[in-house]
Formats: sequence, C-alpha cells, structure tokens
Amino acid sequence: MITFKIGGIHPHDNKIAKNAAIESLKLPNKVAISMAQHLGAPATPIVTKGDSVVVGQVIGEPSGFISGFVHSSVSGTVVAVEPRADIVGNMVTHVVIDVEGDIWDESIDRSEGLNSNIVASQDAILAKIKSSGIVGMGGATFPTHVKLCPPKDKKADFLLINGAECEPYVTADDRLMREKSACIAVGTAIMAKVLGGCKSYICIEENKPEAIAAMTAACSKYENIEVLKLKKKYPQGGEKQLIDAVTKHQVPSGALPIEAGCVVQNVATAFAAYEAVQKNKPLIERVMTVTGQCVAEQKNYLVRFGTPLSYILETSGCNLENAAKIISGGPMMGKAVANIEATTQKGSSCLLMLTKEQTARMPIGNCIRCGKCADACPMGLEPWLLYKLSENGNQFDALEDNKIFDCIECGCCTFTCPSFIPLLDIIRVNKVEVMKIIRNRAKK
Amino acid sequence: MANTIVSPAPHIHGRNETQILMREVLRALAPVVLVSFYFYGLNAILLQVTCLVSCLLTEFLIQKYIQKGQITISDGSACVTAVLLALNLPPATPFWVAIIGSIVAIAIAKMTFGGLGQNIFNPALVGRVFLLISFPVVMTTWTAPSSFFSSVDAFSGATPLALINEGLKSGLSVQDVFAANPGLTPAQMSFARAGGSVGEISVIALLIGFVYLLVKKVIKPHITLSIWATVILMSGIFSLCDPTAYTGPLFNLFTGGLMLGSIFMATDYVTSPMSNKGMIIFGIGIGVLTMLIRYFGAYPEGVSFAILIMNMVVPLINKYCKPVRYGYKKNK
Amino acid sequence: MDSTLLITVVLITVVGVVLAIVLYFVAQKFKVVEDERIDIVEACLPGANCGGCGSAGCHDFAQRLVAAPQIGSLFCPVGGNEVMNKVANVLGQEAVEQAKMVAVLKCNGSCFNRPKTNTYEGLSSCRVKAALYSGDTACRYGCLGCGDCVSACKFGALSMDVSTGLPVVDESKCTACGACVAACPKTIIELRPVGLKNCRVVVICSSKDKGAVARKACSAACIGCGKCQKICPFGAITIENNLAYIDPSLCKLCTKCVSECPTGAIHKFNFPKKPKEDIA
Repeated sequence: MITFKIGGIHPHDNKIAKNAAIESLKLPNKVAISMAQHLGAPATPIVTKGDSVVVGQVIGEPSGFISGFVHSSVSGTVVAVEPRADIVGNMVTHVVIDVEGDIWDESIDRSEGLNSNIVASQDAILAKIKSSGIVGMGGATFPTHVKLCPPKDKKADFLLINGAECEPYVTADDRLMREKSACIAVGTAIMAKVLGGCKSYICIEENKPEAIAAMTAACSKYENIEVLKLKKKYPQGGEKQLIDAVTKHQVPSGALPIEAGCVVQNVATAFAAYEAVQKNKPLIERVMTVTGQCVAEQKNYLVRFGTPLSYILETSGCNLENAAKIISGGPMMGKAVANIEATTQKGSSCLLMLTKEQTARMPIGNCIRCGKCADACPMGLEPWLLYKLSENGNQFDALEDNKIFDCIECGCCTFTCPSFIPLLDIIRVNKVEVMKIIRNRAKK
Repeated sequence: MANTIVSPAPHIHGRNETQILMREVLRALAPVVLVSFYFYGLNAILLQVTCLVSCLLTEFLIQKYIQKGQITISDGSACVTAVLLALNLPPATPFWVAIIGSIVAIAIAKMTFGGLGQNIFNPALVGRVFLLISFPVVMTTWTAPSSFFSSVDAFSGATPLALINEGLKSGLSVQDVFAANPGLTPAQMSFARAGGSVGEISVIALLIGFVYLLVKKVIKPHITLSIWATVILMSGIFSLCDPTAYTGPLFNLFTGGLMLGSIFMATDYVTSPMSNKGMIIFGIGIGVLTMLIRYFGAYPEGVSFAILIMNMVVPLINKYCKPVRYGYKKNK
Repeated sequence: MDSTLLITVVLITVVGVVLAIVLYFVAQKFKVVEDERIDIVEACLPGANCGGCGSAGCHDFAQRLVAAPQIGSLFCPVGGNEVMNKVANVLGQEAVEQAKMVAVLKCNGSCFNRPKTNTYEGLSSCRVKAALYSGDTACRYGCLGCGDCVSACKFGALSMDVSTGLPVVDESKCTACGACVAACPKTIIELRPVGLKNCRVVVICSSKDKGAVARKACSAACIGCGKCQKICPFGAITIENNLAYIDPSLCKLCTKCVSECPTGAIHKFNFPKKPKEDIA
C-alpha cells in the first residue's frame, strides 16, 4: 500500500463520528459571516445595515488576486457590518444577519437529482468556481480558481483529490464521500476538465473502507479517475506528502505543487465545485464534524457559514462540563477556540471537544537528543535543532540554513517528543520571522 | 462556558515519555542482568544494588543541594546508567570502587554538563573508564562465571581478549592460545561462558534485549549493525592476511564488551548522532577504533574507548549529516 | 643519550623559530589597521553590549562614534550623559545632553483588574502567545504576562510580580536600553523621560477598545472618556483610538488628571507622600 516516504506518525485515529450520517443543522436566529474566510485579502462587504438578503446572494467581493467572493448563507436582514472577534480573538469584519425564513436565490437548482452532464466550457467553469466563492476546504482555504489556473508554461499531469483525512477525529470528508460519492466524481471530472483532462486520483486512507467502496463504484464510469487506497499515516493529507505518496514526485522547496505536475484539491472542494457548476449553488455551507469522547452524541452536520459555535454546541446537546478545550479543526493542526461566540467558516471541518486528560500539556523536560522529532518530521527537518536555535536568541541565519521555512506545521515533532518540548510553538513563530526576512531580501 | 484551555496545535500528544523509553531500556537489559545474577550470584546482585543506590543518590543530592532545581530522578535515566555501569564492571569489584564509579558517572559525566540530555559522553562508560585507569588491578581481576549447578570453573579467570593479548605478547600465535584454552569458541561464549565484565556474560541475552528494543522502536538498528559490519569486515581482512597474529570476525564479535557496547552503550540517545547517515558513520568509527585498539593497542579491549572517542565527534556528525529532506530531490 | 637530548632540543628550537617567523609574516599579511581611538572610546562605554544604542555592541558603537562627524545623534542610553561626555572629550567634540529615560509598563491588567477568560497552555513566551491569539483575557492590547521583557533585560531591571501577573520595572536598574520595548509583542512598554525629581504621570493602559468593551475586559482600563483631556491645564493629554496619552514634554506634573480619571488608569510615580498619608 502506498504512503509518503519521509517521517510521519501514527496517532490513534479516533474516528468515533464516522457512523453519524450527515444532517442539516437547524438555522440559528442570527449569523455573522466573516469576510476573511479564505487565504489572502479579506473580501469587501457590499451590503449595509438594513439590506435584506437571500440565500446565495453575494455579500462580499474579492479585494485582490488572492481573495474570494462571500455569499449570504441565510435569508434575512443585515443588522450590522462590523469588526468582530474570530475564534482566536482577532478582529475581522463580519456581516451580521438576522435570519428570517429560508428563501433561496431563484437561480439555484435545489433539486436532488444528479446532473453528471458537464456542458460548461473551461472558462465558464473557472468563472463559476470563482464567483461561487469556492476555496480549499481542507483547511488552508486557498482560493480554488487560482489553484486551477497553473501558469501557461506548466501543465498539470495529475489531479489529486484529497480524501485522506489523516487528522484524528475528523469524519466530515469520510461522510461526504460515503453519501455524495457520485457528486464528488462529477466534481472531480469538472476540475480535471479545467486542467485539460488530466489523470485524476481520489486518495483515501485505508481506515475509510466504506468511502473507498463508494467512491470506487461512483468512479467506475470515468476512465480517467482512479481511487487509491493509502496507508494510514499522518500527515498523509498534507499536499506535499500526498503528492509524494501518489506520484513519488517531490514538490521543490518553496515551489507550488504544479512544479511536480500536480494539483491537489480536497473532496469537499470537489463537491462544492459540482454544486457550483452543475447546480449553480455558491459555497454557503459545509459538512462539519462535532465530536469528542466527552460529547454525548457524535454528529456530522451540514452547517451554514456564519453559524455561532456556541449555537452548534447548544443544539447538539454537548455537555461542556468535561470539555477543557474546544478545537476548530483536527487535534493536530486545528485552532483552539478562544472565543466561543465566533462563527463557522469555509475552512472549519470539525468542532472537537477534548477533556483535560486528553489535551493537557506536561511539564517540559530536557531534550534527550533521541532524534524522534527528526524521524517524525515529514519534511526531513531537525525540529530539535530549530528549537535550540530559537531558544538561544533567535539565530535567524542558522534557522534559514536549516530550512525552517520548509516546515508545514503538521505538529509531528511536538506529538512525538518524549520530553514534552513544545517544538512547534516556537518554530512556527520563528518561521514567520524568517519568511519575513527572506521576503524583504527578495524585495531588495 | 468559561476558562477553556487555549494552546497552539497540536492538541494531542503521543505520550511516549522519557520515563517510558527508559523503562523499555531497563526491560531490555533484564535478560542479561538475570543471567549475570544466575552465574555470578550474590556478587552481581550486590554490584547492581550498589550502583543503583549510589547513582540515584548522587543525582538526587546534586539536584537538591547544588542545582536546587527540580528533582528528576524518576525519569529513569540514572537507573539505566547504574545498571549499565554495573554490567561494565568485573563481578568481583569491591563495593567502594563501584560507588566511586557511580559518583564519577553521574556527578562528573552527567550533572556537570547540565544533567540529562546535556552530557557529551556516555556516563556509564566514563565511570567505567575512570575506574579502569584509576584501579587497573581491581578492574582486570576477573572471576570466572560459575552456575549454581556446577562448582567447577569453566575456565580460568582472564577474559578471552586478555588471553589472546597476553599470548601474542609472549610470542604465541592465535592458534596456540586457542589450543591452550578449549573454552574459547564463539558458541561457548554465546551461552554464558565468557569471563569478563558482568554484562559480557551472555551474547544471547544481549541479543534478546536488542531485538526487544528494535521491536519497541526505542532504538534504530543503524548504529549497532554498522558497528558489527565494520568489526566483521575489518577483522575478516586482518585475519585473512595473517591468521596467526589477528583473531577472526566471530571471535571479535562475540567477545568482550562489543555486544554490550554496540547494543546498549553506543545507541544511547544523548551521545549518539540523530540522523541515519550520522548513525552509520558513528557506528563505523566505533568499529574501526575498537579493532585498532584490540589489534594494536595496549589494552586488550577497546569498545569503551572507541565509544567515548566517537562521542566527542557526535556534535560534528550532527552538524554535517542532515536527514533526507523533502523537496530537494530531482524529479524524473 | 646525550645526542638524543641534543637532537630534541635543537629540533624543537628550530621548529619554534620557523613557526615564529611564519606567524610574524601571517600577522603582517592579515594586519587590520584600526583607529586606536576606537579602543579608547570603547573603554569609556559600559561594555554591556545591550544594543540599546542601535549598534550590534559596544565595539560597533565605538566604531560608529569615531567615524561620525558629529556624535550628537548617537547616544548610549546605558551610560547616559556622563559616558557621552567622556567620549566627547576623547573625540574632542561636544556631547548633546539628553534626558534620562526609563521603561514604563503601560498596562495595569493585573489578575484582579482583568479577569481571565481562558487558560493559555502553550510555551511560556509572549511572542508565541501573541502569534497564537489575542490573549487569555478579553483585552487584546494588554500584557500577556509570559515575561519576554524580563528575559530580554540584561540589567535585571524587570521582574514578574506573581501577585499581579505583570512585570515590574526596577527604576534604579533600568538603563532605558530599549530591549524590553523590542521584546514586547504588544508594545506596551514605553521609554519615557524620568521627569523632574523622578516624578512622572502616565496613562497605565494600552487598550484601544471602545470604552464599554475596554471597561468590561479590565476595570483599570482607559475608556477614552476625555475627562483628563478637559481638566489638563497644559494641553498635555491627547486622546486617540479611545486611549489617552500624556506628552511628557508638556506635562507639568500637576496630577489633576490622576484624581479625575474614573477608572484610575492614570498613575503618578515617585511623588513624595504627603505627611498626612504617612501617618495614616
């Protein structure tokens, strides 16, 4: 069975929510839709207080090349356009809407039937994906239309649809593949068409046999789409690792995946592309796992963007007594929620509750130079060395020499350290510093 | 919903603590310790107890009264040092010598550098070499192993390597020495028949420990295997060239501290390189130095010296041997 | 026996002489000509290598001083006017008097004033914490309390007060080198002139939040109400982004604003206590 070559770890997958079918979450009374749901410049709000909006209406326009459209996920009246704290407490412009009924834009095809006949041209598909506000839904939220337009001189040999879902606990993609396999297959074909009809692989880890079966059946009609079973290993879902696992090519340091002839898209993105192109439905909702051992009922919800996290927890009947930490995303790369009133976004795939025992950080011990962090690092870096260099007063030159900018922040080093040294905490901060230095140098 | 915990990702941990790793090493050492108890009886038991108590006490006292910091003797590293030191001493070592060795190992080789993870040299080996140089007579007086079942000594008290060394010095050939000592076959030595330090008693027991460590993924095989390969290759070439002056590969592999050293001492996390490439270079260095000392040195055995010398090179190896990095391979 | 001794002595002597000659030529070849005033100037400097002057260290600073046509723009905050006068004497120039500065922490969000809304559990470093999120209280501008400034201070002038969770400046040790200012990711430390007789009046808050938000997060926050601005007879107080600022060059230490501030965000430092208070 295939997997990536360098490093990696084997955390317990804890996919305890995998048998919970996707259900739509009841609409909240009020939503606050963030204008910064994608990587790059935040969108500019184009509605003002008092405007009434319907589901699917554009409320934010891109303000740069790497930016995206934002649509209203509910119908109702805009009550405020104001800065609000996001999950980590940073102020971001939100459009706050009072929900009134559920009126959809008339152009959206809400019928159930599968539409597998791709009639749109390449340019039309790209324009549709852009205007539907589709971004990478694996968590990085990079605008999809940018990713689907490689530079003229580069050609994509492979389209990798990422269904690895290597993060423990998260089951959103798993459920989506099991329940919407046909739509994902069409979405894949749509994106492959944009890229000039390249070979597509749908990559799924071995711990999701039902998803593999469903996707294999759905893709049997397509000659150019193949379902690949991958060995379970974290971070298989990392773009670079997935490319290594499937094609044995490596993305050169500092370059984009297209350099290795690949474009990687998440399965949820493929599904969103299907809905946008075939059903004219912009990106307004996503599947989100609500899980954790201390949660009474595991859920996979279809959640409209802008729904407050507190509302989700309340509706799903989570007993928060035992939950010491709430995480948006998976336990390896997700963000700890500091502000429970923050709202869901395009990149939030999971809401995970961990108890104190599961998440508590232990007292930091001495580095015993076991080298386990270096063994675990999927980029072949030496986290112990980067940590030491950071500790001794930020030696940025040495950090750069040791390729700190290659770090993908997967957390394998911290996970594996027997002395509980929070290696990634400081590496992440110094990586930003070093990138800044490199960029400044490039400007000169 | 007040007071949730917030921290940077990752939010879960593998929980493979230092303590657990050290416990695994101690478990891997259990077979050889038990075999040594069986053959050396009370001597070996007393030696272990002395080393354990004095190592732990030294670390405790230093942390409590000199460093005045956190007391971390429960992490098990001092226990591993103690057991390894005891295994590296002759069975009849007087208890006060063992105590001195323990104090040197912990106080000088480990704590002066800053404690666990900071030391350059393997503490147990520093203790042993210190004793070897300071008390040469005590440290080279070997008692032959005797099982509880037979009171007859298997063979004379000198170690096989010492026998060869002495023999060659007095003008005999390797074959003459073997002929004079019928007990000197690799097969004999694998099963608890070799004279020498406590831990050199049984190659089989050491190998069981090695396999255990590999299965539990506590160590990687690179260092050990490259030491073995180098020793086999080097002694093979030498003994082919002149079988009367140089001993052969199997003899060198199974005698002396090579097994103990290559499995438990050279693979010590703190004092060995981190990358695979570095580990192999480190192992080759130990192998070459060991064989040079055995063939040409004044001491009959050179594993401890070889490991200590290579310990010094580790920072340099770490600096130049980087792991295989992602994104620097040429795509076809 | 004798000849062995002789050979050894001669050999070592010869080797020594040869190496000495080699060394001499190497030293000539790689000789670095340096203005000798640099060493003299460096000797005047404190030698703390703190970087407070903006140079990499005292030697670097000495080089800059010697090279500069006018040393007026260069200043060693650690040594102060005394050292700069010495340097000026060496270089035959006039030193420019500068006011002595001191680091002031502009946050009073102690555990008591500013309740925690979550618990931070990552690496104890303000830099890491600031990069992660807005902090473990509702105030996004206040002190993070991990003590990056304390470890940045080379003079031991900063220490963490365990009871308040805030750093404390020991004014007698502070040299105003600016290391703490650079280390603080929230930039809540400001270098201010020590003031007349060491007395200062400072707004001890950095929150730019609107009054209600700031007040809710911290009971000692500046809410930008403007009362101090109105009462100040010298126009020394400005309010920008809901935050009052006292210009030290205009402030005449009348302390009217201190009693006027509804949240007690304005503090006076080192004012002599009134005799009455002493008795009480």
